[in-house]
Amino acid sequence: MISLDFFYVLVGLLFAATAVMNLRDRSNPRRFSTALFWGLYALVYLAGERLPPLVAGLLMVAMALIAGFKLVQPGRAQALPEDVRRASAARLGHRLLVPALAIPVVTMIGSTLLKDVRIDVRPLLDPKNLTLVSMGCGAIAAFALACRVTRSTPLQGVREARRLVDAMGWAVVLPHMLAVLGLLFAEAGVGKAVAHLVTAYLPMDSRLVACAAFCAGMALFTVVMGNGFAAFPVIAGGIGIPVLVGVYHANPAVMAAIGMFSAYCGTLMTPMAANFNVVPAALLELPDKNAVIKAQLPTALPLLGVNIVLLYYLMYQ
Amino acid sequence: MHNAVNLWPLLGIAVVVAGFLLRVHPVLVTVAACAVTGLAAAFPVAHILESLGSAFIKTRNLPLILLLPLAAIGLLERAGLKEHAQASIATIHSATTGRLLTVYLFVRELAAAFGLTSLGGHPNMVRPLIAPMAEAAAEARVGSLPEPLRQRIRAMSAATDNVGLFFGEDVFVAFGAIVLMQTILRAEGLEVDPLHMALWGIPTAVSAFVIHAWNLRRLDRRILREAGPRK
Repeated sequence: MISLDFFYVLVGLLFAATAVMNLRDRSNPRRFSTALFWGLYALVYLAGERLPPLVAGLLMVAMALIAGFKLVQPGRAQALPEDVRRASAARLGHRLLVPALAIPVVTMIGSTLLKDVRIDVRPLLDPKNLTLVSMGCGAIAAFALACRVTRSTPLQGVREARRLVDAMGWAVVLPHMLAVLGLLFAEAGVGKAVAHLVTAYLPMDSRLVACAAFCAGMALFTVVMGNGFAAFPVIAGGIGIPVLVGVYHANPAVMAAIGMFSAYCGTLMTPMAANFNVVPAALLELPDKNAVIKAQLPTALPLLGVNIVLLYYLMYQ
Repeated sequence: MHNAVNLWPLLGIAVVVAGFLLRVHPVLVTVAACAVTGLAAAFPVAHILESLGSAFIKTRNLPLILLLPLAAIGLLERAGLKEHAQASIATIHSATTGRLLTVYLFVRELAAAFGLTSLGGHPNMVRPLIAPMAEAAAEARVGSLPEPLRQRIRAMSAATDNVGLFFGEDVFVAFGAIVLMQTILRAEGLEVDPLHMALWGIPTAVSAFVIHAWNLRRLDRRILREAGPRK
């Protein structure tokens, strides 16, 4: 069975290679601390569950300190000059698109056609993580095709991956660490505390105020938690079900659908949703890490207003 | 204390808000918020570290979607994928940045609504193809771009991917959010048909498309205003 463990090892090896290449790169002014950072992250993926939780916790804090004090720097970029790339693009043409499109195509084949394929009795692809495992297979297929189309060695591929990991730097671990914070919030009862405050102090005697409080509450709580899935149970349990459904007899399906979309408006506005907002800024090499959020505000804010109006008029459907 | 709810862990949220407002390094903010939240909930230090550690190991599937395509994408970039995408878009004379991104928004949102969420994404579509094409479409119209405008175009490319994904996928019945909503409402004694929830998402999904497409039109006008038509 192909499971996530296989891809954890691959990613671990990629980080280990990033660490070694940075260590040997004398042009990197912070090569030792940079190598240590990626080396520790490699350990998280390679050792995985075998690490005692206390050690893993210390590892995470150490990585955060190295990154937080700006000791993670990119090495020298050994990209080809632009005219060489242009000539190569003209020579290879549309063939360059084939490996890039292999990722979504293989992901779709894996998660639909290969879903029930079994070898003996065990499924071929881990059914619990079907999409992610299919995407991993797609990435491997794309890598093989890319080596073929560009006539490069796999080692060159590792060098290119290191270049991209280096360019993103600490932004790679931010979503991971925020997910840890989210789990800790849940364990410490942060959601319960917010629900308590919201229900105790907001006046809900006008239907419009209740609709606005519900939608804005979803968005605001998502801005803080970085995840609509964390906000939905809290605000639906605090306002949606007791007030909108309980007092104003709203259709629960309308309340839920518009509530979740209001939470997504929040996702567009927060650096806490680092995967969607901060990582792309790093990936596109934008100096302002909030540039994507700023581009999304003119969509997110009017849409939140539209949601309030939609909820107000559609709630009895 | 007259109520049983412990409000102290909210200090963790305060740390996050203050940290981002004061522009402290986001990784430091996150770890500080972890420490404050744990201490405010009266967990012993060893327990906090153990919670962090097991959560860190458990959530290490998250970065996979970003990291796995990098080797392939890096090789293609080295072989000129961006340059090829830019040369292709420059031959379509009616293409503008806004129109191109509107088409991508439409395809991304529709595909996500049919559950095809992997058709797109920042590492495998936006960086190598969509953002370079959006830039090249603008350059074909106005010549060279001022740097802030170029960055705005890149940021809008990423934003378009997000908007299309978020407001498309929730219309798909088998999506995790719908399952989550059903589970939570059921726990509160409300039985809701997932199909109805998906259906009542459609007005917002359409509004998201209209609003974002309008913002993309504004981007086109800004490109003409700030860079001027090619002489």
